[in-house]
Amino acid sequence: MADLSNYRFTPSHEWVRVEGSKATVGISDHAQAQLGDVIFLELPAVGTELKAGAKFGAIESVKAASDLYAPVGGTVTEVNAALTDHPEFVNSDPYGEGWMLRLDSAGDAGGDLLDEAGYTKLVGA
Amino acid sequence: MVEFGGFDMPLQYSTIREEHIAVRTRCGLFDLSHMGEVRFSGRSALDAVQRLVTNDVGRLEVGGALYGVMCNEAGGIVDDVVVYRDPGGYMVVINAACRAKDTAWMRGHGGDASFEDLSDALALLAVQGPRAVGVVAGLCADDVTDVRPFHFKDTQVAGVHAAVSRTGYTGEDGFELYVDAPDAPGLWDALLEAGAAEGMIPCGLGARDTLRLEAGLRLYGQDMDDNTDPYSCALGWTVKLQKGEFIGRPALERLDPTHPPRRFVGIELQGRAIARHGQRVLAGGEPAGEVTSGTYSFTLDHSIATASLGGDVPADAELSVDIRGTVAAATVVPLPFYRRPKGA
Repeated sequence: MADLSNYRFTPSHEWVRVEGSKATVGISDHAQAQLGDVIFLELPAVGTELKAGAKFGAIESVKAASDLYAPVGGTVTEVNAALTDHPEFVNSDPYGEGWMLRLDSAGDAGGDLLDEAGYTKLVGA
Repeated sequence: MVEFGGFDMPLQYSTIREEHIAVRTRCGLFDLSHMGEVRFSGRSALDAVQRLVTNDVGRLEVGGALYGVMCNEAGGIVDDVVVYRDPGGYMVVINAACRAKDTAWMRGHGGDASFEDLSDALALLAVQGPRAVGVVAGLCADDVTDVRPFHFKDTQVAGVHAAVSRTGYTGEDGFELYVDAPDAPGLWDALLEAGAAEGMIPCGLGARDTLRLEAGLRLYGQDMDDNTDPYSCALGWTVKLQKGEFIGRPALERLDPTHPPRRFVGIELQGRAIARHGQRVLAGGEPAGEVTSGTYSFTLDHSIATASLGGDVPADAELSVDIRGTVAAATVVPLPFYRRPKGA
């Protein structure tokens, strides 16, 4: 089990890991399990400015398409290009290789988000 | 688990991709006990089935099976069915979600034939894939390797009486096994055990849908409904006008089979985004129809869909699909998307 003490979660199942002014964003293990085989990701371009809570893209599995929401605000500095050819990384390693965005989050530490215990309670795992 | 036609059904046991690939390369085991089965018997059984189904059931021999549709008076499809002929009558397999509608329709139009709804008494397990015949044959009291496609044999499988039918909904070789409902759990376990060495795994509704769509097979309620005529969903081959009277025939005779009200096509999409039921299809940017079914093809590694287009949309129109606001270019391709290799 990954050490998730540095991860914060949204009720819409995204996670964020904040290190200084840099934030990394993905979706939770619970979310990937619910979606099943991830087929396609629609992610924003580098330079896109996102507000906390704004839709930043979409994720599709055979079962369903779901929108993705930014856990924190900031400017997109990097998009995980590996997911274009390997969207299944979201299933196999949601907290590692399956990351989606890096943001310059300008000190927004995501204080209102859920910690691992709070998120686990929310999804009833 | 998802609710489907009154049954709690697993969408997947492992993952849809894993189950899909197992069926294409080895074999998979499906529990299809939600499917409905009814039976016509007595002297007027053939008349009843001929009146209800558009295909020519009269040419069906004992031990044979036939795919077809039932139409209403307007020529719309009530359901798609498989008809089996046994020595005492005809068993008709119907969709679970249509059971109440179909049984009322069939009772109302079955004439003097004796009619039974066997849906609760029978269970259906399917073994599908290139190794499926070997797995099932190893458990049968009689040789079933000689059962031809769309034929069946009554025999014992793992000590259980079964109608072993060389049919399926995946595009692969294999069998569907009709058994008494109380015998199904034991047969399921015996099949899983026998299939383990061949890489067989249990498969859910999710893989059933991706497999049937690759194989170009229709799903009632999605690709067709009570307002769709058989020609408009490319099932004109199941309509045998020359066989005599049947329900819907006058309406179907008024249609031009080569220019039906709607055109049913297979399309391949650029990119990996999945076109889904109800999304708009555009021709040269103008509305031209809807997606009826769509998925990501694990065999072909791109998105595939079927679409219902307006009858006037030109065959060479440049098509695209509006996928949640993003327009994806689409190319019409012949159905099925996938055909199993010869000899496999």
